[in-house]
Amino acid sequence: MSSVPNPATPLHLAVALDGAGWHPAAWREPDSRADELFTARYWTDLVAEAEAGLLDFVTIEDALGLQSTGFDRIDDRIDQVRGRLDAVLIAARVAPSTRHIGLIPTATVTHTEPFHVSKAIATLDYVSLGRAGWRAQISRPVDNAHFGRREQPAFTFADLGKPEAVAAVAETFAEARDFVEVVRRLWDSWEDHAEIRDAATGRFIDRDKLHYIDFVGPRFRVRGPSIVPRPPQGQPLVTVLAHDTVPYRLGADSADVVYVTPRDHDHARDIVTEIRAEQRLAGRESQTVHVFGDVVVVLDESTTAARERKARLDDLDGAEYASDALVFTGTAVELADLLQDWQHAGLTGYRLRPAALPHDLRAITRELIPELQRRGVFRTSYDAGSLRSRLGLPRPANRYAAPAPAAAAS
Amino acid sequence: MSKPHKQIILGAYLGGVNHHTLWSDPEAGSQIDFASFRHAAQTAERGRFDFFFLAEGLALRERLGLIFDQDVVGRPDTLPVLAALAAVTEHLGLIGTINATFNEPYELARQLSSLDHLSGGRAGWNVVTSFDAFTGANFRRADFLHRDERYTRAGEFLAAARELWDSWAADAVAADREAGVFLRDAKAGEFAFDGAQFDISGRFTTPRSPQGRPVILQAGVSPQGRDFAAGGADAIFSPYHRLDEAQEFYRDIRARAARLGRPADAVKLLPHASFVLGESEADAIERHRDITRRQIGGRTAQILLETVWNRDLSGYDPDGPLPDVDPDPEGPPVIRGRARIAEDAHRRVAEWRALAEAESYSLRDLAIHVFGRTEFVGTPEQVADRIDTFVQQDGSDGFILGSHLTPTGLDEFVDKVVPLLQERGSLRTDYTGTTLRDNLGLPYPNAHPDVQPNVQPDTTRVA
Ligand SMILES: Cc1cc2nc3c(=O)[nH]c(=O)nc-3n(C[C@H](O)[C@H](O)[C@H](O)COP(=O)(O)O)c2cc1C
Repeated sequence: MSSVPNPATPLHLAVALDGAGWHPAAWREPDSRADELFTARYWTDLVAEAEAGLLDFVTIEDALGLQSTGFDRIDDRIDQVRGRLDAVLIAARVAPSTRHIGLIPTATVTHTEPFHVSKAIATLDYVSLGRAGWRAQISRPVDNAHFGRREQPAFTFADLGKPEAVAAVAETFAEARDFVEVVRRLWDSWEDHAEIRDAATGRFIDRDKLHYIDFVGPRFRVRGPSIVPRPPQGQPLVTVLAHDTVPYRLGADSADVVYVTPRDHDHARDIVTEIRAEQRLAGRESQTVHVFGDVVVVLDESTTAARERKARLDDLDGAEYASDALVFTGTAVELADLLQDWQHAGLTGYRLRPAALPHDLRAITRELIPELQRRGVFRTSYDAGSLRSRLGLPRPANRYAAPAPAAAAS
Repeated sequence: MSKPHKQIILGAYLGGVNHHTLWSDPEAGSQIDFASFRHAAQTAERGRFDFFFLAEGLALRERLGLIFDQDVVGRPDTLPVLAALAAVTEHLGLIGTINATFNEPYELARQLSSLDHLSGGRAGWNVVTSFDAFTGANFRRADFLHRDERYTRAGEFLAAARELWDSWAADAVAADREAGVFLRDAKAGEFAFDGAQFDISGRFTTPRSPQGRPVILQAGVSPQGRDFAAGGADAIFSPYHRLDEAQEFYRDIRARAARLGRPADAVKLLPHASFVLGESEADAIERHRDITRRQIGGRTAQILLETVWNRDLSGYDPDGPLPDVDPDPEGPPVIRGRARIAEDAHRRVAEWRALAEAESYSLRDLAIHVFGRTEFVGTPEQVADRIDTFVQQDGSDGFILGSHLTPTGLDEFVDKVVPLLQERGSLRTDYTGTTLRDNLGLPYPNAHPDVQPNVQPDTTRVA
């Protein structure tokens, strides 16, 4: 790992898919396919487009609660997209019709079982032949009632500074960290080649290569091993979105990719510095942890056209669209400049959030990518290989495997 | 007036975690790779099967505290496999076995509804409760549920899932760009369910799916299981293959359904079955003998009997007489993950001793007789005839078919038996509907009133 990237280092680029796009009025665009959001074809078409653009991976947003305008309430709006399909299953549905692009669905950690998430993502890795990842996400407190079993106070956004809320957030992130740890241990709970099919001894597996993980934590305990053999990548990619120190720490401790939301170059540099420091504290300085900048993009042929389109969408929605991430309006060339600039601040890649689908996705694949290729900072074809290898991550050794014996004299 | 000719329902499963799969056969493929699932599912679709079916287990089996290594171990996760199969098939139903004890209604209902959307209306759920409490060690809520409560929970789970599936009207999504109306109903997805197991409320995220609700299967034959199925399932995955037993079960389920206010034929009965084909009957019998003896070698025979004896039988000669000790149903479990119902172990062993004496069975012969059953052995003509007769005489409405060979075992059935069933007019030659419900002849769920499964705990069974 180096915190000062070589500017010639190729960029990594992902797109974040969500509904009709990230702008709440995106579904009203003339080319939107808002009536197809709950069909397989919609998703296979989008991911095929992203793959045609040679992107590293797509992420698919999800949550165990309905979309709303605020983090702490459920509104009754009928003029925005509401409703979503399970992201892991969308990714699995898309996998057989794609060949190269990474597939990173969101799955919640707060109310779910690490055993289930672990086997689902491992299976996605099998059906995609080594292209799976996972965005681990914490639930909004407002969704607790969907599960009805958490005592945690349903604090609101305004309460976030208060001690109870701070404690609840810390607790939820501690749980998330344990959750990721369990998922990762389960992925290692079978060593590679545990299946031996030894007809002579009648053994299908070598049981010495299977391991109980025996995780015990304050929230849950899990024995293992997994029911799914170790996935093709060994460890599918773990990714998290982070906006503050506590989540940065989760990313630095547990993730392979951390998505962050810088406002500008300096902010990007500060965030990267903080995450690298956390990474050292976590003892992971020798490992690659990518820091990807999230940017919402409204891309058009001219800056004016992009601004006007955003203004039109804002009008339709009745409010100026703001996001946790920077909302970029402009041309592909301008965006390429920004991406290269922030790369100098230490970001290793980007997760672009198309404001409107399919328009802004096409602008990424058909204008931004060729521009970056012209500049020599983006691939011109896919290499064979797993998602991990594309991101420069080695296939990890299995934590439970005995170290390979020193090479014996031949 | 003669009875109308029944159309046979066919499901296919890929052999998995059990002793039936001949993993050491030179032709055997992966139990995990997607290519195997794709092959089996596409073969089933070529044969105009109604659905593809996956079993589930949530913990690896153990013997004397050690992970089982004897037959197939490990499997991929059910729902992602089914979602991926939706991409490579067009008509085939996709039914997953999923445990109601170690899942939550909100999460599972939206996964199943998502699968229904992503497959264009082909999703189904085989609701199991599992009697292996040790599975709980893999989950947050460990063994918070006692055995007797599991069907109560499953009943409530299904009721809660229905509440969620019904929480969006079929036309709730308007997506009217001009008018700026995405949702017709500001409260789409609003739900509340308050029961002994679940007290949940809020907004469901997933619009009503093409089938309204996924097709519900149930597997389990206790009185609670029967009531659960009669009251709320569309089909039962059953274990009965002897015509008289099967007919009795069929009559019982129909009577229970009628008692619960549903049409008598609302619940389809689908025993699992496997087959061995041959050029001649003698050839099929010979192949079957060979396959069975490979499925149940001496070691496997000991282990299978241990599931009832609950004793370490490794010291007994497989080719010798039955173990001379009594079963030990109260002892610590020898096998976990596939233990039999322990309460009648003494009676069962007594029956087996009588049988072994009458037939001069060795330990292994007995295990083959009890655990090695393959239902349909014969020429393609004979097998087609027996399947058809069984269904036409109300032994069942069809079968869920597997084979001893992964993933190509179903090929010869589809090539040789399916055309014969089609000639007899008992199996469709092409798909007619678009959804799994259409293919099974099940109504869209609004068409009949729902019955809440009212399941009493049965205290006579021991895990
Ligand atoms: C034909 C059949 C297939 C079954 N398949 C599974 C399975 O794949 N996974 C599982 O956990 N349980 C499975 N079960 C177990 C049942 O879900 C149930 O837990 C068990 O039969 C006890 O229910 P009962 O008391 O009503 O018989 C199966 C049962 C039957 C009869």
